[in-house]
Amino acid sequence: MYKYFLRYVISVLFLLGISGQANAEFKVGFVYVGPTGDHGWTYQHDEGRKAVEAAGIKTTYVESVPEGADAERVIRQLAQSGHDLIFTTSFGYMDPTNKVAKDFPNVKFEHATGYKREHSNVSTYSARFYEGRTLLGHMAGKMTKTNVIGYIASFPIPEVIRGINAMTLAAQKVNPDIKTKIVWVFTWYDPGKESEAAQALIDQGADIIMQHTDSTAPVQVAEKAGVWSFGQASDMQRFAPKSILTSIIDDWAPYYVERSIAARDGTWKQQDTWHGLKEGMVAMAPYNSAMGSDLIKEVEKLQKDLASGKAHSFTGPIYDQKGNILVAAGSVADDGMLAGMNVYVKGVEGDIPQ
Amino acid sequence: MEGLLIKVEKRNDVSTSIYFLTPVLAIFLTLIGGAIIFYVLGFNPIEALKFFFVTPISDLYGLSELLVKATPLCLIAIGLSFCFKSNNWNIGAEGQLIFGGIVGGGVALLFYGHDGFYVLPIIILSGAIGGMIFAMIPAILKTYFNTNEILVSLMLVYVAKLLLDYLVVGPWSNPEGFNFPETRQFSESARMPILFDGLRIHAGIFITLATVFLSWLILYKTYLGFQIKVSGLSLKTAKYAGYKGKTMIIIVFIISGACAGLAGVGEITGPIGQLHRNISPDYGFTAIIVAFLGRLNPVGIIFASLVVALTYLGAETAQIFLQVPKYTGQVFQGMILFFLLGSDYLLFFKIKFLGLRKNEL
Repeated sequence: MYKYFLRYVISVLFLLGISGQANAEFKVGFVYVGPTGDHGWTYQHDEGRKAVEAAGIKTTYVESVPEGADAERVIRQLAQSGHDLIFTTSFGYMDPTNKVAKDFPNVKFEHATGYKREHSNVSTYSARFYEGRTLLGHMAGKMTKTNVIGYIASFPIPEVIRGINAMTLAAQKVNPDIKTKIVWVFTWYDPGKESEAAQALIDQGADIIMQHTDSTAPVQVAEKAGVWSFGQASDMQRFAPKSILTSIIDDWAPYYVERSIAARDGTWKQQDTWHGLKEGMVAMAPYNSAMGSDLIKEVEKLQKDLASGKAHSFTGPIYDQKGNILVAAGSVADDGMLAGMNVYVKGVEGDIPQ
Repeated sequence: MEGLLIKVEKRNDVSTSIYFLTPVLAIFLTLIGGAIIFYVLGFNPIEALKFFFVTPISDLYGLSELLVKATPLCLIAIGLSFCFKSNNWNIGAEGQLIFGGIVGGGVALLFYGHDGFYVLPIIILSGAIGGMIFAMIPAILKTYFNTNEILVSLMLVYVAKLLLDYLVVGPWSNPEGFNFPETRQFSESARMPILFDGLRIHAGIFITLATVFLSWLILYKTYLGFQIKVSGLSLKTAKYAGYKGKTMIIIVFIISGACAGLAGVGEITGPIGQLHRNISPDYGFTAIIVAFLGRLNPVGIIFASLVVALTYLGAETAQIFLQVPKYTGQVFQGMILFFLLGSDYLLFFKIKFLGLRKNEL
């Protein structure tokens, strides 16, 4: 009797196991560095996830995963629990992503903003945010009265330096007298520090505030002080309706949907993606009518030209702070130079923290 | 005017077995509290608790992760138990962990590219010394300048964090790392040996177990341990007995700092393998819960660290499978502490209801 019972239990368990495998649904996992309610970086990635879900693919996310020892476990758990494609959306997940990818060759991994693709199932992706910065620079150069542009920067990595340079070059083109003042806050998200930085820049005469950090604090400070500002990552207009001229929007949705469908249909291949205005990974929020219709038209034309390739954010001649030539007249910076950018262009004040 | 008269009386007859059983009761009450929360959120409470407490450790990898997570918690809590037992409130274990990590990490970078069996022991030792030195600051300030060790040790956490920020952004950042705020990956010789292929459980667990054993020896078999306990029970008695209070304060802080420093160096040479800004998800603070849940007893702390580590893992699996916010883990930790303190109060104090009385005013 007992034996029969045991046999019955084992066969039921066995069947359950098989059916569990047969029903394995295609699932996509997301690992976020911040809370989905940050209204910046993570918020936009989560918007992308929702688009994947809307395309009929099941998704899971884990938010506020510290970039330390915990990241590897979370990524591994997602891989182990039947996720077929995993997006890890912060630079600090680079090594853990590659480590887990080695042990799960059948799972695909996509790491945002990193440069290591150690296994064939790891892709990297990022956006050409600097194209958006060029547009901001154009607007800033035209709108400033004090000729001082305040810039709240996170970490002195190439991506951030590229943004500072692209903005400064574009602003100089329309207003040779502008100066870019920078405050480094060494954080991606800290509303307190970011608002202090914004205030410090305004006190130093900046009448334009822009940020390479994720909270809405700087635009709120700008709104109160009555200076212009630009939103970051998502459309922050509702946090500073008067002050914000536009926001650079990270639109991950098309990429996430495309890659998820590719992984589901078996056409996913390793790649290094760097999309910009052209593909729509970088998008601009509606322009503030306070700029005047002429300026808006100019900016819209520049946006079109950047998207079509007719204009480039880094067109020579470009000089560094000491006056050495970086990009010769008539040529544009190549992606290799952009990816490793670690010097300021002329017109930026101060030194890069080393 | 009417008032309900309540009288709180101290109990003098608390038995040891009940004293050690209340943490278990607190955990049990937390489970019930958790079940209610999950039920209100619209989940099947049994199922949800299973995802929280069983799924994370249902395979070898999960068990290994539990130990990886519990190792630093246990180590720090053991150190803290020396301080807390002797009425020294070291709240800055997080800072001591980070400083230990900084010193150990600095030595690891110094030995970058070196092979040799001696590399890792030197790194571990320097990490412990780093934690010790950092813990001595509040101890010396307390003994010689009468400062409050709670404030000093807590504020030093920020000092350590900012120092680490400065180092990984500036002088110690990886020269090939495009200015990202992190150091190089340490050489293989500077990494804790992994115990099983494919798992992350590393040799640091032996350091923790040895520390547990040593602290049991010190606390229960030596004169120093006796002094620590007496000072904790009554400072006046300790003074009458002629114990050197100042030396003891410094000793317990040194022990505590060394343990936190070891935990820090264990993290960076173990699962992390480099220095960056997030070497600890607030282990130093969570360890305070662990120390009290474990009744400041070495063996109790082992169990407590496993339970608290499980709340971290559970929060992750619950989020993956149920999509509840990751902060449920912190809610569980909070509940454990709440129920523990609550049952402690009832354990040590009798509440007497004396009935209603009319106040004649």
